[in-house]
Amino acid sequence: MAISDVGAYAHLTPEEVEELGRELDAIRAEIEESRGDGDAAYINRVITIQRRLAASARVTLLASRWKPAWLAGTAMLGVAKILENMEIGHNVMHGQWDWMNDPEIHSSTWEWDTAQPAEQWKHSHNYIHHQFTNVLGHDNDIGYGILRMAREQRWHPANLGQPVYNALLATLFQWGVALHDLDLEAIRRREKDPKVMKRQLRQIGQKVRRQLAKDYLVYPALSGPSWRTTLTADATANLMRNVWAYAIIFCGHFPDGALHFTEEELEDETRSEWYLRQLLGSANFEGGPLLHVLSGNLGFQIEHHLFPDLPSNRYAEIAVKVRALCEKYDLPYTTGPLWKQYGQALRTILKLSLPNRFTAASAPEPIGPEVERGRKPDRERPTRRLETGAWTRASA
Amino acid sequence: MPLARELSRRVPWERVRRVGSRLTTPLHPDDYLSLVNPLWSARELRGRIERVVPETDDAATVVIRPGWGWRWDHRPGQYVGIGLQVGGKYHWRSYSISTPPHRDGRTLSITVRAMPEGFLSSHLVNGCEPGTIVRLAAPEGDFVLPDPPPARVLFLVGGSGITPVMAMLRTLDRRGTMPDAVLHYSATSPERMIFRDEILALAQHNPGLTLIERHTDKDGILDLADLGRVVSDWRDRETWACGPAPMLDAAERHWESAGLGDSLHLERFSLVVAGDGGEGGTVTFQNTGRSVEVDGATTCLEAGESVGVGMPYGCRMGICHTCTLTLVDGTVRDLRNGDEYDQKNDRIQTCVSVPVGACTLDI
Repeated sequence: MAISDVGAYAHLTPEEVEELGRELDAIRAEIEESRGDGDAAYINRVITIQRRLAASARVTLLASRWKPAWLAGTAMLGVAKILENMEIGHNVMHGQWDWMNDPEIHSSTWEWDTAQPAEQWKHSHNYIHHQFTNVLGHDNDIGYGILRMAREQRWHPANLGQPVYNALLATLFQWGVALHDLDLEAIRRREKDPKVMKRQLRQIGQKVRRQLAKDYLVYPALSGPSWRTTLTADATANLMRNVWAYAIIFCGHFPDGALHFTEEELEDETRSEWYLRQLLGSANFEGGPLLHVLSGNLGFQIEHHLFPDLPSNRYAEIAVKVRALCEKYDLPYTTGPLWKQYGQALRTILKLSLPNRFTAASAPEPIGPEVERGRKPDRERPTRRLETGAWTRASA
Repeated sequence: MPLARELSRRVPWERVRRVGSRLTTPLHPDDYLSLVNPLWSARELRGRIERVVPETDDAATVVIRPGWGWRWDHRPGQYVGIGLQVGGKYHWRSYSISTPPHRDGRTLSITVRAMPEGFLSSHLVNGCEPGTIVRLAAPEGDFVLPDPPPARVLFLVGGSGITPVMAMLRTLDRRGTMPDAVLHYSATSPERMIFRDEILALAQHNPGLTLIERHTDKDGILDLADLGRVVSDWRDRETWACGPAPMLDAAERHWESAGLGDSLHLERFSLVVAGDGGEGGTVTFQNTGRSVEVDGATTCLEAGESVGVGMPYGCRMGICHTCTLTLVDGTVRDLRNGDEYDQKNDRIQTCVSVPVGACTLDI
């Protein structure tokens, strides 16, 4: 059941919600206050390790005709790409490290090793997804415009293919992300401004050309007789990154405990209610430090959604405090092992490929009208307007 | 090494770097090369602190070896922005370069006095290990000596205002173009006089250079009304003045009232704080050439939108960082915690920042 009033859902009075907001603000202030040399050293260390790993992988793969070199090189490149996308790129672009005032590790200048241009990511993810998290009709990350992920969303016969779309999305995740900010739903409804679309496509095209040339032309060419094996190594590394990123991201908002919201919730939403919605709409997973680094600390999805721009290396200590707050206010805190969280997401994908009447709901059936998948056109989101950032403006 | 120098001149480095970026996209080749040597990057100008030489008990010369991309084309008297990472955060200040420009130079020097309230200056003087990597900004400033210099010159210097003048004196000495120059140099005592020995030596073998020392602990501050007694022909001299703000204000008034405002060149190295705190001010958008006066409750983002500047923005609540811009000049305050940002190159979130007095943004 989608929620239209977070406070009422959580059985909290408006005063209690505001008090919770103040306590979360205090956690934020405490972390901001204590950011320092250690945090700066952390991100610089991760970046250094990632770049050394990438460079070693590329050099090793020059001899990829030799099987052990292929294996070692592919593994290193895959891990380097995962680290770059998750712990570095995603978090730097959130502005988690902007406080260092270092122009080379800054959200406004970072470009990441994937097909989607950083600028479009910052719009579709930092703004649309983090602002409108899990609000039906506003957050495109509910199923990425491809999958039906909430019972409130209208069923369509095409949803029968969800198991297949899901497998395709996992293997081709980078390309799904690349097209994300285009808003496929809007294009399907013929509501997309063709000029904006053309600009975005051109921007994607430029990035994709460079990315493809690097992995599938330049490095194979440099490998000479090993060209064929370098090509397969690069493709395998990209696949590793795709499947891993897909799995981690699906654990963020699709496990059973993560809730959806209706757009009534957005009306006059206070900052504290926004906090509460983030808390109820996200799900964590448990694991060791290495797992958390390789997943960009998104195992602390709840903390990340409460404080998207605090440094990721601090989420673990924030989680202890957030959990204590959840106990104090008797709020759910969704977490579990990675396999279980992903299993629940997969079950939802499979279940919702069928109309609601064929499947049992884990929560009360939705009341009220069904909604379209995807997000509302911009003109129906009165308080915001589309902003795609500096690059597209400059070439307009 | 002439060979290395010849090589670095002949090779079209820009093109090499462009080809290299095919391998490293979306990063730059420099991002990988700087793993080998931190100076091998031209992405952001940077330098390595080679040594810190004490000058007086509270001032030191910091010798910096710049990395790739430094052009060695600064003019004597100009200053350079230095970004030092303290507590994880890069803090920027500007300091006059005290070494003369030298096309084949290896290092450049700045001389810094540790101010009691000067957070970064005391770090540079007391806390900087050789080997520390700093960021640099390209040299700037109009406080420069023309080449050739005017026939008669007066340098009016107070305290650590000597640093840009030192660059000028060293240049004149090296080029052998020392004109008829008078250096009136005030400091509290001879011990606190930065570069005193070097200046004495310069004056000895440059007949054109006259040094007038004033030790203000003993002699008091120079009253400019008495300037005629110390430097009788000051009206005929082109004057470069550098020192504390009150001294410069007095000099400005003195030269104006003598109708000689044009022959006075000033370097203010302590900025006057504009505005009276949170009261708003004029926000100028550098690249679009627009500006607007707003109150202390209007964010820089709203200010820009009100005059049609294409401001980047996202959540408008300080979480998404889409709206971050570079502060070129002035001061802004973060509405959430009252933090003030007043350093050139600071990056600010415009959706939660209000101007404190006049400020300029890079957009």
